[in-house]
Amino acid sequence: MASHALGAAYMKSIFPTLVVLLVFGTVGIGCRRTSARSVSLLGSTSIQPFAEMLAERYAKDHPGEFVEVQGGGSTAGLQAAESGLANIGMCSRSLTAKEALVFTSILIARDGLALVVNRENPVVKLSVEQVRALFAGRITNWNEVGGQEGPIRPITREEGSGTRESFVRLVMGSERIAGRALTQESNGAVKELVKGDPAAIGYMSLGLVGKELKPVAMDGIQPTVENVLAGRYHLVRPLLFVTKGTVNAAAQKFIDYVLSSHGQSLLASEGLVSLQ
Amino acid sequence: MKVSPVTTQRIAVGFMWMLTGITLAVLVFILAFILVHGLPHVTWTFLTQSPSSMGREGGIFPMILGTFLVAGLAVLLAAPIGVATAVYLSEYTREGRLTLVIRFGADCLSGVPSIIFGLFGFVFFAITLGMGLSVLSGSLTLALMVLPTIIRTSEEAIRAVPTSYREVSLGLGGTRWQTVFYVVLRSALPGISTGIVLSLGRSISETAAVMLTAGSALRLPRSLFDSSRTLALHFYLLSREGISMPNAYATASVLIIAILALNLLAYSLMRRFAVKATR
Amino acid sequence: MKRDKVIGAILLVVALSAISGLALITVFIFREGVPIILRVGPRQFFLSTDWDPSLGHFGILSMMVGSLFVTVGAAVIGVVFSLSLAIVLTQFAPPVLAAALKPVIELLAGIPSVVYGFVGVVTLVPLIRHWLGGPGLSVLAASIVLGVMILPTITSIAIDALEAVPRTYLEGSIALGATRWQTVTMVLLRAARSGLVAAVILGMGRAIGETMAVIMVAGNALDVPRSLLAPVRTLTSNIALEMGYASGDHRQALFATGVTLFVIITILNTAALAVSRQRSGKRHAR
Repeated sequence: MASHALGAAYMKSIFPTLVVLLVFGTVGIGCRRTSARSVSLLGSTSIQPFAEMLAERYAKDHPGEFVEVQGGGSTAGLQAAESGLANIGMCSRSLTAKEALVFTSILIARDGLALVVNRENPVVKLSVEQVRALFAGRITNWNEVGGQEGPIRPITREEGSGTRESFVRLVMGSERIAGRALTQESNGAVKELVKGDPAAIGYMSLGLVGKELKPVAMDGIQPTVENVLAGRYHLVRPLLFVTKGTVNAAAQKFIDYVLSSHGQSLLASEGLVSLQ
Repeated sequence: MKVSPVTTQRIAVGFMWMLTGITLAVLVFILAFILVHGLPHVTWTFLTQSPSSMGREGGIFPMILGTFLVAGLAVLLAAPIGVATAVYLSEYTREGRLTLVIRFGADCLSGVPSIIFGLFGFVFFAITLGMGLSVLSGSLTLALMVLPTIIRTSEEAIRAVPTSYREVSLGLGGTRWQTVFYVVLRSALPGISTGIVLSLGRSISETAAVMLTAGSALRLPRSLFDSSRTLALHFYLLSREGISMPNAYATASVLIIAILALNLLAYSLMRRFAVKATR
Repeated sequence: MKRDKVIGAILLVVALSAISGLALITVFIFREGVPIILRVGPRQFFLSTDWDPSLGHFGILSMMVGSLFVTVGAAVIGVVFSLSLAIVLTQFAPPVLAAALKPVIELLAGIPSVVYGFVGVVTLVPLIRHWLGGPGLSVLAASIVLGVMILPTITSIAIDALEAVPRTYLEGSIALGATRWQTVTMVLLRAARSGLVAAVILGMGRAIGETMAVIMVAGNALDVPRSLLAPVRTLTSNIALEMGYASGDHRQALFATGVTLFVIITILNTAALAVSRQRSGKRHAR
């Protein structure tokens, strides 16, 4: 009886201590992620679906290679590249001068920035001027831009979004986006919202628009890949893989794959403007 | 016109029954909405396959494993530590200012929003300690999140055990530890296990804190240091981005059934131990 | 006896590490968050509606108002439905039904918040948009969803409070000729008042800490909400939306938001504790 009680007693008290020691030991020993044989990408939600596709195709062609993709937005991607949280940061806007000093950026494709409205919205074209006024809150009714009477609901992205940053640079200029704009945290979320709300207008990656939304012609030019390639459609931004310092071999392999004809043709087939 | 009290009663009670009915209807609606849309898609292949094309096709096996690892490890860490702490606070120390402060602190921390734990975990575990977005970061963060709750509920359960039990045990010659282990803990077991199961449920449902500590990788994690996506997070991403509604509903169904099963287990555990204890 | 001492020592070590771990978090959060509040100035931080991290403007007033509106809205719904539920279950429902319904209410507590948010987005938001106007993503939507979410919390504490009222009070009232409803309003609710208030306060504490469901149905606009139908951003949503990419001052400002939430919840918890202690105090005085 005594030994049985002892055994049970030790179990109950040693166990938690062991667990605590185990945790701290693991923490102390294995802190730095072993990123030797894995590739991690983090960042732009515009690039994320395409990176996922590439990762899947890559894993099929190169079994044993482990590529993992996460979202978070372009700025998060840059920070992840800097802190080592990820091997490659995904960024859907061009780097600032300060950032260019710290990071190396690799252009993997170009992407149009499309203004999208609900399919029920009769408006088919807008000028850049109008879009700016609309998002700044100076125009508030659809009938001011050729649509049916009703309030305009602009949808914007979170601050760290490369898409938002590109939109601000290309369209807004120095004007601020209205405080009453609804904020969503990814291209997909913007798409879902515009899909459901006839009065909504948002901006998103051209490659992700799909058939369920109506992209709006800007200054008379339709947002299509052809028009981007021909230089007619001006709202374009670079899609970048961003790294800091030297890249490990596995990551370099993946980057090479993305830049190869395999990777580029996949991106082109999905609606991005590949590098020819 | 004077309304008779009986009439007032009829109206008031009728109104409250109506509100009760609405509440139950809402509950049933939420469950039915998810399960009706989702259960048809929950097949064996769905549960055992990996996702492809960002979750549009394929299954959710990595998410099931991820949830299991992140939430399971969190509770595995927090439960023994939390119960041991509760035992120490209530049985081995005298009631004083220190214990009051600790109890108040645990109460406050158990009410602190999970996003704050997530922020802490992201900055401390993922970045400062260099664990990155991983199962380990996620479960350590969740463990810290549920620890105060486990400490509090265990402590309350232990203190609810009548002093007479302890006196009898000590009177029969038992040591303090024997008293604690064989008498107090046994009697407090229903309350303690309820707290633990509740914390497990909370860990499984947690999304915001997990997103930035365990990350959202779709692949099967190879080790504790790999990122992994939980069921709740997968459901959130699938539905939010409109990637695949059928799969979203199916994921939510799996999640809800798991939690319902957990609640059922907790309930039956409580009844079983309660019966034993009162004997 | 020696074993006992060893075990006692081990327990002490475990307890100390647990407590120091939790203290570490608290210290960490305050250490990261308080300096920026002081640097920006408490008046600027708490009373300015200008939140623009790229310009270094950190004013959380509109988020605080957002959290306030949404929490109060949820509390209103919570009070109405939870109280009715608690009263019905303890006073008017047959015991068998009450026993069966209690775990069902607990079930509501187990549903993940992302599920609530999703059902809200898919069913409630379009309804509000269609019938009441506005984007649908609004204070109203968030209040309703949160109200449903805190129902189990308020209901279970309210039931405890109601059941704690001595039967003699109720029996005395009936003996004096009052109807059951009159007993409820004039005796039961009065006697359980502090417990009920504590229940609502704790429910509000839960509501203010909710993140995911709110992000999904509230619209996350930066402006201070002007009406029930306006979109809103809460303190918790703000942290969740921005923590992935915030760095430097911005990240510290998010920690400062966390500090604010921590303090608010501590105040709510203390209030609930004080209120419920008042109840037992009253009883002893009698």
